Formats: sequence, C-alpha cells, structure tokens
Amino acid sequence: MGLLNAMPGAAAQGLIWGIMAIGVYITFKVLDLADLTVDGSMVTGMAVCAMLMAAGWNVWPAMLIAVLAGMGCGLVTGLFHTLMGIPAILSGILTQLILWSVNLKIMGKANQALPARTFDVLISQLEKYHALVILALFCVVLVTLLYCFFGTKFGAALRATGCNEKMARAQGINTDMHKVVGLALSNGVVALSGALMAQYSGKADINDGRGAIVIGLAAVIIGEAIIGKMPQNYIVRMTGVIVGGIVYYVVYQTVIFLGLDTDLLKMLSALVVAVFLAVPHLKKTYFNKPRKKEVSKNA
Amino acid sequence: MLELKNITKIFNANTVNEKVALNDISLTLEDGDFVTVIGGNGAGKSTMLNAIAGTFPVDGGQILIDGTDITKLPEHKRAKFIGRVFQDPMTGTAADMWIEENMSLAINRGKKRGFTWAIKNNDRELYKQMLKRLDLGLEDRLSTKVGLLSGGQRQAITLLMASMNDPKLLLLDEHTAALDPKTAAKVLAITREIVEENHLTTIMITHNMQDAINHGNRLIMMNAGKIILDIKGEEKKALTVESLLEAFHKTSGSAFASDRALLG
Repeated sequence: MGLLNAMPGAAAQGLIWGIMAIGVYITFKVLDLADLTVDGSMVTGMAVCAMLMAAGWNVWPAMLIAVLAGMGCGLVTGLFHTLMGIPAILSGILTQLILWSVNLKIMGKANQALPARTFDVLISQLEKYHALVILALFCVVLVTLLYCFFGTKFGAALRATGCNEKMARAQGINTDMHKVVGLALSNGVVALSGALMAQYSGKADINDGRGAIVIGLAAVIIGEAIIGKMPQNYIVRMTGVIVGGIVYYVVYQTVIFLGLDTDLLKMLSALVVAVFLAVPHLKKTYFNKPRKKEVSKNA
Repeated sequence: MLELKNITKIFNANTVNEKVALNDISLTLEDGDFVTVIGGNGAGKSTMLNAIAGTFPVDGGQILIDGTDITKLPEHKRAKFIGRVFQDPMTGTAADMWIEENMSLAINRGKKRGFTWAIKNNDRELYKQMLKRLDLGLEDRLSTKVGLLSGGQRQAITLLMASMNDPKLLLLDEHTAALDPKTAAKVLAITREIVEENHLTTIMITHNMQDAINHGNRLIMMNAGKIILDIKGEEKKALTVESLLEAFHKTSGSAFASDRALLG
C-alpha cells in the first residue's frame, strides 16, 4: 500500500526529470555532444527561482529568469567549446564547476527553503495530483514547441550540425553558432526543470544537481527502448524521453521501498546507464554477423 | 571566375613532419570551365579543393571568386558560392535525416535560416522532379532516411544538392572513387548532365586518367604541391592515357608514382 501511495509523487518527480532529460536529449542525441553542464545548470534553475520567489517575485517571471540563467550556463559551455576549442565534455565540466560557486553565491548559502505554505508556487508535493496535471501540461507545451522548432529551417540546420558537421558546413551552416544555440536551449530546459523541482520539493539545495546528467541519460535511453521500432518523429521521441524519466523515477522509488541502501542508488544508476550505453558497442563487437552481400562487395 | 593566386599550404610547419601540400599554386578558371585534376597520392589535389572550400586557412596567397576575395571567409560563408561532393558517400549527406530534409538544407545554402518551416508542400514537388531525373526511383522516397540508401544513391543526391541554389563553383573530390565501377559510371553520367544543364564551373579530382580525359574542357596534373601540366581545348581532346603519362615523365622527370592512376 505504501508503494502505491508513493506512485503519484514518483510520477510527478519523474515528469520533472523527464523535462530535464529533454534538455539532455537536445545535446546528447540531436547535437551529438555530451554536455555535463546540466549538473550545474539544474541547480542554477532551482536557485534562481527559489531566491527570486523568496524575494517576493511572482512564480512566472521567477521561472523565466531561471530559464534565461540556464541558457546563460549553456552559452558559457558553448563558447568554451567553439570559441576556445575546448572539447565539449571538458567545457561542460568546467562550466559545472564554475556553477558550483555561482550557485552558492546566488543562494548565499548551501540551500534555500521554498515552502509551499508560504509561497505561491505552481506545484508542490503537498498536492501531488495537482502537480501531475500541471507538469503534464508543461511537457505537452515543451514537446510541441520543440517539435515545431526542429521543423524550422533553423532547427533543421541544428539537427544537421549534430548529424554531420562536415556536410552542414558545406551546406553553409554555421555549425559553431548552432552548437552554442543548442547548448543554451538545452540548459534552458534543464533550468526549467530545476525551477519546477525547487517548487515541487520546497527547496533548492546545492547538491540537488549531482548526477543529473546520468538520470537524464538514463531517461533518454529508457525512452529509446520504449519507443523501439515505433514510427519515429520528434514528438514520439521526446515523449519517449519523458516517459523514460517517469519509468526511471518509479523504479527508483520502488527499489527504495524494497529496502535498498540509498547510498548505493547513484552507483546503480550509473552502472545501469553504463550497460545501456555499451549495448551498441557490444552488439557491433560480439554479435556482428557479416551479411553475405557486404562481404562480396568488399572483396 | 575562380582565381587562385600563389596559394601555399604547409601542414605541420616547423616540425619534422612538415609537408608543403600546396607550393605557390596559381590557377585561373573561366566561367563554365570543367577542369579535371589528376595526380598521385599526396600531390595536393584534395588540399587544393579544401583550400578553395575553406576547410582550413591557407598560409599564403589569395582566392577570388568573380573578383571577390574569399581568402578570409569561413567555410560556411563560402558555401554560398560553392557546391561540394566528397569522396566518402557518407560525408555529403546527413544520414539520420530524410531525403527531403537533406535537400531542403541544400536549397537554403547561403540563405538566412530563420524560423519558418524547412519544407513546404511545393518544395516537395520540386524535389520530386529533381529526383525523378536521376532515374533511381528516389522520387517516391522523400521521407526515407538518407542513411538507408546505397553509396551511389547518396552521391547522386549529394550532386543534386550541390547543384541547387546556383553555385558559382562545383567541387568534386574523387566523388566516384568509393563506388563500384557500374555505379561510378552512372554517377559520372549524372555529373555530366547536371554540370552541362546548369553551366557549372567545375573542378573534378579523379584517380582515373581515362575519366579525366573524357570529361571537361581542361585537365591539370599535380605533383608535389604544384600544377605540372595544364592542357586545354583541342589539345585536351587529343589526349590519350599514354600521351598523358609521357607528358608527365617529361615534366616531372620521374615515373608516375601512383599505381592507381595507371590502372584506373
């Protein structure tokens, strides 16, 4: 019974992680960049939203500023990567470390309370079903907006940048600019999820973003497994990612309920992601049966 | 049309691996010229094409297209003037995107890419007509991922894409070398058609001497970063593989290093 009672809450948190995973999807899948900024930019979103609301701001402008702050984080990573030629993964790590200090400065301390009883928040864990509806609406709007964006000339150029950089440049696409925009967009989405998380959990904490990238990757991978061979457009794919976030969090809650040592959770998450990331490589290396046609062609 | 003035490119300068890839090259192309380029491995053919396309900055000299200096222009800005097809069929198209999406990327080459739909219905009609002329049955497969197509099909689409939006210059970097002979011949035929129809000024690198002789109105041969032969007009029409080899011996004073060029 306890587990069932926990489900609406787990689903709500899963939706928030799903939104974050959409941000990860933009960099990891669309742009083909591994961006580790998210561990920091998620907290930036939480901190900015919490501090502004604590200072008396309305929730909507507070969330908007949080998203813009997240985009700023992505911009920094993007400029490290393109302007200064630092590998994407290192650029993200550097920004993440910068953000640790920045986030502490934003909050002035390690955490900031945002109790739903005192503040006029959009969602709160005190009203889980209400939160579920609001979060689902956020997901619908976000997926729709991004779907439209990917269908524009600009969005298509961004996808081409991730798919084949050499080709993109040959077709006159400023690949550096599109990478920076993609990173900013991604971290804006991540910060949005942070702002929602701060409201839902009633606090922002400097440690809350730790391992966010792994959860995001897990959601992306689970999402891919779920949609499998379904006809794929970006609505299906992004919906898959969000469902992946929910599945991740429901499983997470279940193993906690079953009494697993919570200290081990991050390790298990990372190992699960590692295994799934390894699947394409393992398939290619150990399960590859050359087709006859290809062999004769190469001979 | 295209002017290369004293282009020099040195890789790994000031190291033991220093390689002068282009050594003070000058070349002027007239409007509508179709130049074939031959030469052994490491002669500087691809480096010359990449220098024109802006893949890397050159170490000296000037590149002009229609009198405009493009030497300092980044690659994606030069793309406005230049259509390209690469040796590797995987390079010229985005594998995870549909045929129509790839073509829409090409038709916007050199234009501002804003927040309007990448593909509209009348675009699809245009793409269909263009694909139909390839005669590869691709006109009914607009929403097929390019990654699912064969190398020859991909090169044909890349050619179409390179010719879209009126480029001033078409650069073909051994674009048939990775294909089987039959497909290569087909892609070459399509190349010829597209070049003639659009009156494109073209530079085509090839390892096949016979192809170099059969196509275009001008042939240049490169060796060690220099242009060592430049044959045009009537003189080019009279060329044979033997006379080309002989000319090479005379000019460079050495045997043609590449077996591929001989056998091809």
